[in-house]
Amino acid sequence: MTFKSEFVTRLSKNKMAMSGLFIVLILFSTSLFANHLAPYPPSEIDTTRILAPPSLEHPMGTDILGRDVLSRVIFGSGVSLSVGFVAVGISTLIGVVLGAISGYYSGLADRIIMRFVDVMLCFPSFFLILAVIAFVGPSIWNIMVVIGVTSWMGVTRLVRAEFLSIRERDFVQAAIAQGASDFRIIFLHILPNAMAPILVAATLGVASAVLVESGLSFLGIGVQPPDPSWGNMLTEGKDNIEIAWWLSLFPGLAILITVMGYNMLGEGIRDSFDPRLRR
Amino acid sequence: MSSLSASPKPVQAHWEKELVKVENVYKHFAVAKSFFQRGTLKVHAVDGVSLSIFNGETLGLVGESGCGKSTLGKLILRLEKPTSGKIFFEDQDIDQLSGSELKSIRRKMQVIFQDPYSSLNPRRTVKNIIMEPLIIHDIGNRAERNRRVYELMEEVGLRPDQATRYPHEFSGGQRQRIGIARALALNPKLIIADEPVSALDVSIRSQVLNLMKDLQEKYSLSYLFVSHDLSVVEYISDRIAVMYLGKIVEIGPKTIVYNSPKHPYTEALLSSAPVPDPASRNRRIILKGDVPSPMSPPKGCRFHTRCPIRIEICSSEEPPLKEVDNGRFVACHVRAT
Repeated sequence: MTFKSEFVTRLSKNKMAMSGLFIVLILFSTSLFANHLAPYPPSEIDTTRILAPPSLEHPMGTDILGRDVLSRVIFGSGVSLSVGFVAVGISTLIGVVLGAISGYYSGLADRIIMRFVDVMLCFPSFFLILAVIAFVGPSIWNIMVVIGVTSWMGVTRLVRAEFLSIRERDFVQAAIAQGASDFRIIFLHILPNAMAPILVAATLGVASAVLVESGLSFLGIGVQPPDPSWGNMLTEGKDNIEIAWWLSLFPGLAILITVMGYNMLGEGIRDSFDPRLRR
Repeated sequence: MSSLSASPKPVQAHWEKELVKVENVYKHFAVAKSFFQRGTLKVHAVDGVSLSIFNGETLGLVGESGCGKSTLGKLILRLEKPTSGKIFFEDQDIDQLSGSELKSIRRKMQVIFQDPYSSLNPRRTVKNIIMEPLIIHDIGNRAERNRRVYELMEEVGLRPDQATRYPHEFSGGQRQRIGIARALALNPKLIIADEPVSALDVSIRSQVLNLMKDLQEKYSLSYLFVSHDLSVVEYISDRIAVMYLGKIVEIGPKTIVYNSPKHPYTEALLSSAPVPDPASRNRRIILKGDVPSPMSPPKGCRFHTRCPIRIEICSSEEPPLKEVDNGRFVACHVRAT
């Protein structure tokens, strides 16, 4: 049995991970087949049915322009997922590279990188993102990149810590004694053994990136209407919350379930990768 | 500092060539006592050690835990850099080497670690682990490397069908065999064995020791055998070096050191070793007190705080390592004069 198959067996026995995975897979297929699943085009305006409460025709009601809320929630899932994954991809890449340099070479490079991390952590990241978006303008791509480049610090610290500890393990010392190159040691010996916490951090990172995107869109500097995103749907919802509760409830639930799904999956992976990682 | 100038000279004829020569080597580790006192304390892990390892011999390095024996092994492998002093491998100063020269030296010395659970990368198959040194040094083509791996596996007593398994599927003894095969892959001249059998079951221990002995004969290897287990060292070594608090206190041919220890520390150490004979009730020398902290080793002779035969000079002057017999050196004011 290999490490991977052992991990898969343990993961499949983990109820939390499996429920998380189930939610995530549903979200994936929803966004993938949004065109087929949504009963109406997301931006189709129907002035005869403004603010209609949930019914059989419109299971989540309609909004102030008569658009179908269910369709917009379905299309919004694509935004959340792509922002989550691209942003986490960027932050993980930066974090792994900087953390690896920092942990493996230590010395001056380590000190510079770690102080830079400290500086970055000093800014409340949400306001940093707000400020940057104010300069570069709101668009879905800008949001992905900005969330990515403002959330790599945790991963960097994590990877550095992993590298520091794995570097002292005997098999790495043996590789050095054999004359292995730094490149070989980093990518063949240390990184594969540091994957578990990185994967966990990335999964949990998706959840927080989704949350940040929703927040930005809610404030009107994320995904711009008429493109649907759970965040900007909430903005519309809050204006009419006294007469149309469904405008706020369903996108809010969508965000809740998504974030919960990723968090459960992340925690589940952590537990099943290595029982020692459990906290 | 100390007057350790004499390095032991070869006695036996077939140990004519010095493979490794360690000259007055120090290794201090800085310890941060607190945030504000960074680097004010130093652990004197290796404190002025000189010794040689000859071609084809096994030098047993004994001492209690924390006396710096593993650090000395790492220094020779250049996994650590000495604070001062020189280490020569085949007359080349290994501290001066870098790049391809260092790589070619590394090819000639390999290491076997104590803990068979952390010395193998858990994410790589046995085949990949044993083949890795061949890939690093670009030896042979794919088919040749494959052949060599199976050859090595057979050599150390592993079955060919185990090649695609992962380290966690093996027992401690088998893992140690994998480690030995990996160390042998490059046909090294020297293997630093850092407590290679200490983590193993007694029954497995002798198997691995015999394997190491056989391989030594077959490949004319030299071993630096680091251990705290006196019986193991006695079994495998040609010469013995005894370390105490970062210093060599006695070094010499095995039979002489074991039969008539000169240094009081060696004496105490040997008397503490269990003898598998209930009838023999050897006089056991029990040392008083603990080993002093390596952060502040005592002045004079390191051992004087616990020495049963100390005299006045011991607490003020450090005894040099003096040759008492042919090839036998002792650092003691009382016994080596």
